[in-house]
Order: sequence, then C-alpha cells, then structure tokens
Amino acid sequence: MKQADYSSLVEPDRVRKEVYTDAQIFEREMERIHETVWIYCGHESQVPKAGDYYTVQIGRQPMLMVRGRNGKVNVLYNRCPHRGNMICGDRSGNTGEQFRCSYHAWTFQLDGRLKNIPMMKSGYEGTRYGKDNPDCNVKKSARVENYRGFVFASLSDSGPSLKEFLGKSIVAFDDMCDRAPEGEVEVVPNCFRVIQHSNWKLFLENQLDALHPSVVHQSTGRAAHEVEKVLAKHAKSGSAPLSYHMLSAFATVTIDKWDNFQTVNYPYGHCILTGYMGLRPQDPDTLAYDKIMIKAYGKKRFEEIVGVNIHHVLVYPGLSVQSPLQQLRAVRPLGVDRTLTEIWHFRLKGAPEAIYRRSLAYYNLVNSPATLINADDLENFWKCHNGLASDGGDWVSLARHYGHDIEKKDGTVESAPNMGTSEAPMRNQMKAWAKFMGAGR
Amino acid sequence: MTAKLETQHDVEQFLYRQAGLLDARQWQDWIELFTPDGLYWMPPDASYKTWDGQPSIFAEDKNLMTVRMLRVLHPDAWSQRPLWGTNHVVSNVVIRKIARNGDVEVSSRFHMMELRRDDVRHFAGSYFHVLKKSKRGYGIKLQRVDMTNAQAAYDYVLQVWV
Repeated sequence: MKQADYSSLVEPDRVRKEVYTDAQIFEREMERIHETVWIYCGHESQVPKAGDYYTVQIGRQPMLMVRGRNGKVNVLYNRCPHRGNMICGDRSGNTGEQFRCSYHAWTFQLDGRLKNIPMMKSGYEGTRYGKDNPDCNVKKSARVENYRGFVFASLSDSGPSLKEFLGKSIVAFDDMCDRAPEGEVEVVPNCFRVIQHSNWKLFLENQLDALHPSVVHQSTGRAAHEVEKVLAKHAKSGSAPLSYHMLSAFATVTIDKWDNFQTVNYPYGHCILTGYMGLRPQDPDTLAYDKIMIKAYGKKRFEEIVGVNIHHVLVYPGLSVQSPLQQLRAVRPLGVDRTLTEIWHFRLKGAPEAIYRRSLAYYNLVNSPATLINADDLENFWKCHNGLASDGGDWVSLARHYGHDIEKKDGTVESAPNMGTSEAPMRNQMKAWAKFMGAGR
Repeated sequence: MTAKLETQHDVEQFLYRQAGLLDARQWQDWIELFTPDGLYWMPPDASYKTWDGQPSIFAEDKNLMTVRMLRVLHPDAWSQRPLWGTNHVVSNVVIRKIARNGDVEVSSRFHMMELRRDDVRHFAGSYFHVLKKSKRGYGIKLQRVDMTNAQAAYDYVLQVWV
C-alpha cells in the first residue's frame, strides 16, 4: 500500500475495516508505531538485582530488560550477533555476571558489549570480528528511559523524549506512585497473561468505551449485586466486602451515569477517562491509610493526591493503566488477529496491608485468567474481528457524539459534558494512528 | 486395612463426583459439596503456600462461587453462548492423611479437555483436597488446584472452575 493510501483509511468519524484485519497494514503498524514510539517494557522492581532479566516483545522484536552491574536497567535485543540465536530462552531469570550464548559460547556484558568469543585469537584474527567492532555487541534499544520505576524503550533514535511523548498521560504513573506514602510502587511478582483472538486496537478502543460496561458486563454486575445484597443484610457493618461493589458497579452504574464521566484525549493517541470509582469509603482501613499519607505529605498535598479523579489512563499504543487500583495491562500484538496482554499489580510502598489487599481483590476478580469481567470482552473482540474480516461492510463507525468534541488550543480533545460515552477516544486514537502510519521515517 | 480401603474407595468416589458435577454443569450441586467455610483455590504457581494476600487465579468462598454461577447462568453472559463442554479425568488418588475424626487430606491428578466452538484446550495438574467428614459424607474444606499450565499464557480465559 502506498504511503498516501493510509490516510484514506481513516475519516474523522469512521475507519476502514482493513485497518483491523489486513496483515500488510499490521506489518507497517509494527514498523511505524510499536518499533518506533516509546513502549513500556516493565517495572524496574521486576529486575531488582544485577543480572536479573525479563524478556519483552516490542513490536516484532524479542527484547530483554536487564539490570546492569552499575544498577542501570538496559534494554537489549534478545539476539546473539553471531548466528542470531536468542540469548535468553526463559521468560525471566538471572544471568549472573554475563550473558553466554547457548550455541557457540560468545559472552557479553550486561549492557550488551562483547566480552569474549571462544578462539578469539586463533579463529578470528585478521577478520572484522572482535571487541573493536560494535557489530559484535548485542544490539541495544536506541533509547531507554525510566520514569518513576516504569521502564520504556524506543527502538528509534529520533522522536520525542519519553516525557514529551507521554504528555499529560504521565499522570498514570504519578497518580500510582503518589498514592504510596514512600512515593514509589513495587511490582507484585506475578504476571497474568491472556491471549485475545483479535487485533490489538480492539482492546485499546474498548478500554475507554464507557458505553460497553452496561451492555457487556451485565451478567457479572447483576450476579454480584444479588450476592452483595444478601451479604449486606447479614453483615454487622451493614455492607458487603468492597470486592462485591467493584463487580456490582458494572450493573449499577447505568449508561446515564457513565455519561457523567469524561474522556480527555491527547496527541499521540493517549487518553484519560476521569470519574471516580467510589473506592474511598470511610472505613477504618482507609482512615489508617489517610493518616499515614498525611504524615508523609502534609494535609494539603494529601488532598491533592487522593483528589486526582482518574478511572483509567490509556497510553498509546499499548498500555492500559488503572492507577487508583495500582494495576496495568501491557498490550503485545502477536499478529494481526492475535494479541497478548500482560497484567501486573503493584504495591504502594509504605501503605498498610489492607490497602494492598483491596486492589489485589480487583486484580484477582477482574484481571486474572479466571476473570469474571474480561471473558465477555474477549468474546466480543473475537466476534468483532471475525465480522470485520467479512465482506459484509467496509467501515467501522466511530460516530457516537461526533461533532460535540471540545478541541483545546494545546491539542487536547475533551468529550462534551454529559457525553462520557462519546467515541472521542477511538477517534483520537485513529487520528494519531493515521499520523504515525503516514509519517516518513 | 479394610477400613483404609473403604476410605480410599469413598474418597475416590467423592472426587469423581466432584469432577462429574463440573462436566454436567450442575453448578449449584457442585457448590454444595463445599463446607460453609470451604475454599476453591487455584494459585498462579505451585510454590504458593497460601491464598491469603496473594495473587490467585481463583480464590473463591461459597459467596464468590455463587457470583460466578449466577453470572454464567445469566442470559446476557455473551461468552456462554457458544457450545462448550469439558471432560475431566481424575486419577492417582493418594490419601496423605486421615485424622481421628475422619477428615482426609488427599492428592490426585486431573486432566480436563475443554471444547469451545471448534477449539480444544487441555488443562492438567494436581488437586489437593482437605475433606471434612460428617454423617452426610465428605465436604470440601479446601480444593487446591495446581495446573501444570498455570503460568502459561491463557488462550482465552477460564470461565468456570477446573
């Protein structure tokens, strides 16, 4: 497909179906988007000690996130410069003081520099191969940046800095870390991984689709509400555990209430869904946490921190963050119709155990592979992808509340008041997509 | 010896019934196999010692089991629409401990084949049961499910208990 053709695939209120189903378009997406922009690799607490590594897929590239001996986290291509062998076959582990290729025993420093080639002198003297040739190092990601422990890599040496790229969506990480009395989070050492049989963009678009919960998640919402009512009746406190509320909200928050939420859309495709999940009851656990937070930050700053009104932050093109619940889902496209999500939960450093357990309940019930929520989302994504692959139509509509978006001078686009269910986030993502796809390299 | 053989037989029959109720989708009858404080637990990894305060694939008491059951029975549970079914095989039943009051700790192995639309998936691993003995027979105080593929990427999700 010619460069100019990409912009004809996207109109302000609709998108051609091929955007989701065409394998050639997928290849170009990987090149122009995922293998160019800043992609989340992981949290530095996944690799606490020197030599600790974690493998991660960036676009089509198998990469390694590894803690160097100087404490810095490096991101390398998981590829030996000799025969192209992957250097690490495990998903994660500790490689000791060096990487050693399992094929011909080339060894490398933790920052990728060549350490030794067996028979370096007898076998390679007079050839182009040796320590002076950078082609003998494990290739590094062009750029790596760490924001408050969250490690990102860009495989392109040009483009905006991480902070410029994230813009206001950086609040995802600030909101998460600021809620910790120590101003930091650490990963809970477990990653739930779920594969979806659909294009990666369907997942991203669903994240801030505030209309879908009332339709898709009725079954779980209603079921949880039934049990919640019975438990509340018999509870001394008069209310059921908060985890039931987390689930029943999917049914009790009706479409008109979702319209009270707002989406704020940013350049590069990022988006914030504002709206309060009602997770701050005045129970003893919350009050104990508040006390510790006030001690750490002072009353004024504390109010600012807990007053941040975020439901969800989407960091384009592959990260969905629920900062008030300290969890995120990283989206790794595996093919045009296959997408992996890696789901992590974080602990607020210095916060009481009860606060951790509250968000853990959400992690287990909503984000585990036995999810009570996402089963129905994934079913829709599969149906959506297969329907789009048909010849039954050419366009995908993104027109809900189109024409009401409020465009700000700084490039921000807000959904209009009482139009929280607007498809503004999808329109914004596709606008960014068309720009990425059309751009020269 | 005879008493021991009888226990072995009763426990095996109970475990088969447990798996059979899942395959027959008799969810309410399955939930009723559990004692009032019973727990169904599937840890993300065999190294986990407790469900308490840890990530879990499942960690459900009878109330949460009821939520899951009501969900799958709801007419708008879209993901329940396609034809699907499971087949459990339970084997290698080894009684680990018999308490004086008749309570039993037992480990076993399972294999579950699942069909959903045209897709077949396999899940296998070990069960660890703590069974409470009463006049009415056994009740499940704990059903721990360690799946060999617990840490593998899930191609789609698990909608009901394994």
